Formats: sequence, C-alpha cells, structure tokens
Amino acid sequence: MGNVVSARHVIVQKDTTTALNDVSFSLEAGKVTGLIGPSGSGKTTLIRSIVGAQKVTSGTVTVLGKPAGHKSLRSQLGYVTQLPAIYDDLTVRQNIRYFATIMGCGKADADKVIEQVDLTAQAKQVVGSLSGGQRARVSLAVALLGDAKLLILDEPTVGLDPLLRQHLWQLFKNLAAEGKTLLISSHVMDEAEQCTNLLLLRDGKVLSDSTKEQLLAKTNTKTVQAAFLKLVEGGQS
Amino acid sequence: MSSRLTTATAGRVMKQLLHDPRTLGLLFVVPPVLLGLLAWLYSDTTGIFNRIGAALLGIFPFVVMFLVTSIATLRERSSGTLERLLTMPIGKLDILLGYALAFGVIAIVQASITSFLAVHVYDLRIAGPEWFLLVIALTDALLGTALGLFLSAFARTEFQAVQFMPAFVLPQFLLCGLLVPLAQMPRVLHDIAQVLPLTYAVDAMQRVTTEATISSDNYKDITIVAAFVVAAIVLGAATLRRQAK
Repeated sequence: MGNVVSARHVIVQKDTTTALNDVSFSLEAGKVTGLIGPSGSGKTTLIRSIVGAQKVTSGTVTVLGKPAGHKSLRSQLGYVTQLPAIYDDLTVRQNIRYFATIMGCGKADADKVIEQVDLTAQAKQVVGSLSGGQRARVSLAVALLGDAKLLILDEPTVGLDPLLRQHLWQLFKNLAAEGKTLLISSHVMDEAEQCTNLLLLRDGKVLSDSTKEQLLAKTNTKTVQAAFLKLVEGGQS
Repeated sequence: MSSRLTTATAGRVMKQLLHDPRTLGLLFVVPPVLLGLLAWLYSDTTGIFNRIGAALLGIFPFVVMFLVTSIATLRERSSGTLERLLTMPIGKLDILLGYALAFGVIAIVQASITSFLAVHVYDLRIAGPEWFLLVIALTDALLGTALGLFLSAFARTEFQAVQFMPAFVLPQFLLCGLLVPLAQMPRVLHDIAQVLPLTYAVDAMQRVTTEATISSDNYKDITIVAAFVVAAIVLGAATLRRQAK
C-alpha cells in the first residue's frame, strides 16, 4: 500500500516564529504512526496542516492524492483536536448523533462508536458533567464516525488511566488492522512504544521518520526516549 | 448546502438551549416583563405607551437575540467545535442557517408571548392586524440573530462580544426614530439613520399601531430588514474560514 499523506518541504510561518521548518514525511497506509515531540515542537501545527485547517507558507501536503483541505477529504478524515471539541451542554449521545448526521451515518453507527470508546453507560449524561478523560473519549468517538480512511488524533490519551489507555491503543491497532491509517501525537515517549512508525519532531524540524525498529537500530538504543535524546544530542554536537 | 444538515444543526442548537432552562426562561420572561413595566410607567400618561411600546416590541427581540447569538457563536468558535465542523462535510451556510432557524423558532415564541401580552394585557392599541405585529417582531429578532452571527466573528473574547451590544446596538437604538423622529434629526444623523436596519424595524412597528391596513411602505420596511438579515448571514458565512493563516 502507498502513502496516505505526504508532505514535502512544508514551512509554516506564524507571525515571527517558524512553526514548521522544511518538514517532509509520509504516512504509510494501514499503520499507526506516532508523532512524537516535546510541547511546542510543532505537532499540532503539523496536524492542522494535514487536516487543512492551517495554511502552509510553502511546500505541499498531499492527503489521499488530493491537496490538504480539499473538499472531498472532509468525509474521509477523522480529526481529534487536543482539547475536546464537543458540546458541553449536550449529552454524549446527542453530541455523537449530531456529528453522525453530518458524516452521513445513522443512529446505529452513533451507538457503535460510543461503545468503542466505552461510554455506553454515560450515553445519556451531559458532557459537561463528565471527567476530562471521558470528554476526550467523546471527542475521539466523533472521529471514529463514518468511513474515515485517515484518523488524526492530537494527544488522544493524555490524562487517561493506564487501563483505559491500553484499551484505546488496542482500538487504534484494530482500526489500523482494518486498513485505516492513524497519526497519533503525543509528548509522552511511552506512547511511542505502541506505534509501528515514528515521526520525531523538535523545534519545527523532523528529527527522524522511520519505523520504530529502524529508529532503535540506527541510534543503538532500547527505548524511544533514549533514541530521542541521542538524536537531540547528536544534532547539537 | 443541505436542508438535512441545516435542520440537524438547528435541532442541535435547540437541544443545547433545552439543557439550559434558565436561559430559555430569561428569553421568554424578560421582554414581556420589561414591556409591562413600561406600560405601568406610562399608565397615567395617555398616548405615550402606544407610541414607544410598539417600537420597543420590535427592539427587545432584536437586542436579546443579538446578545444570545453572539455568545452562542463565540462559544462555538472558542470550544473548537466550529473548527471541527469546518473539517467535516457540512456547508458554512448550513451552520449559520441552522443557528438562524433555531433562534428563529425561539424568536417566534418570544414575540408571540410579548405581543399577545402587549395587546391583550398592557392594552397596546394597534390599528393594523395583530399577526403583522408578530411578523415584524419575528423579522426584528432574526435581524438580531443575523447581526449577532456576523459580528461575533470579530470578537475574540466574551468581553468583546458583550461590548458589541453598546457598540452596535445602542447607536441604532438612539437613531431609530424613537427618541427623535427622523424628520427632526440633524441632516447627517438623519442620513446615517436611513442606512441602519433598526430604523426600518421601528418604522414598521409604528405603522402597525397607526395604520389600519398594511401599506406598501410597511412591506418596504420589512423587505429592507429582511435584506439586512440575508446580507448579514452571507457575510457571516464569509467570516467562517476553513483555514487559518
């Protein structure tokens, strides 16, 4: 299978700062790619460039063969923002059903994604009364609606308990096994261990773009964290 | 644009309001109470309530809907839901018309309560048909909704959005012809008043109280206000950007 996303020499200039500086990478179909980097490294900007919410200053971002932000991509893309983008004053089910209508799905699909994120028991609860982790899952459920080929998740597991994190990672892997492509950002290196491919970002530049095995072999390390540190030190010396 | 998505959005906005009964209560209770207060205030002075009561029947729904819509759309922007919607297969007009439809329904209820009480309890005497009073009140409420949708695009914070009320609504109130009839205004202000939508809304209301039949002037007033509604919604759609710079 080919590349679902390919970015070539992307530069994003925001006022005086350069959020992305000559970033090139590609996302392999049917794989879970971790977008890993410290806070402020440009992860969210990169994600927004892929979903078409961010204008790139120069370079190209191609998604499923179309330029990022193309109209036809809107039904093929699942996007979860860092902060849960859902309606606090609606119940879980009302939220999901509204977004389901937009994505062209029925009530059964809405119930299915609620179940996938393990919120069936809270379906009738108003989102504002849920915990942070539960809200994050409502937001995630929205992205699972429809037949999105590409799922882009900005820090989806932050602040969740270990059991739930494991549950969600299993879900991500299952989705990838179904042929979906996932890009999952995180600033927690532990999460990187769960990914097949890794895209390491620092100060708006790509530090590494390879499979996890390749990264570990190349840096002669055992963990992604150690590999990251080695690359940063290598870059500075 | 799709009617299915517009109604889905309207339904969603309605459900949000239903989860907030206090806001709904305020929407339906405040305008009639204010109008009642006014009727009481002028109960010993003949003629005045009839003149300004009708105008205020047009102004209250405008002001209330302007505020509610500004805040609602600002919240949609700041919560990230708007950005999410814009990455989805839904048209910008579906979102805006959905809001207009939902608040339009609220406006119908609000205007019905207020105008019913005005005519049957507060004894506002109108020469024209009562249903036309309702049509004007509804158009005015939609004007508030549309301007709120459009102007909220220029507010970054709730503080700014609330300040848009005195900045954009009060000048229209001062110049609408209620305090000083248009003909007696200084030339420049008279000209300014003639390009402000509330002037026509108030003129339409005052005509219903004095004219027994609906004149062409009255239709002209309504058409002008409706044109402002459409323009504000179209401009509002233009302010929704799928892409940030």
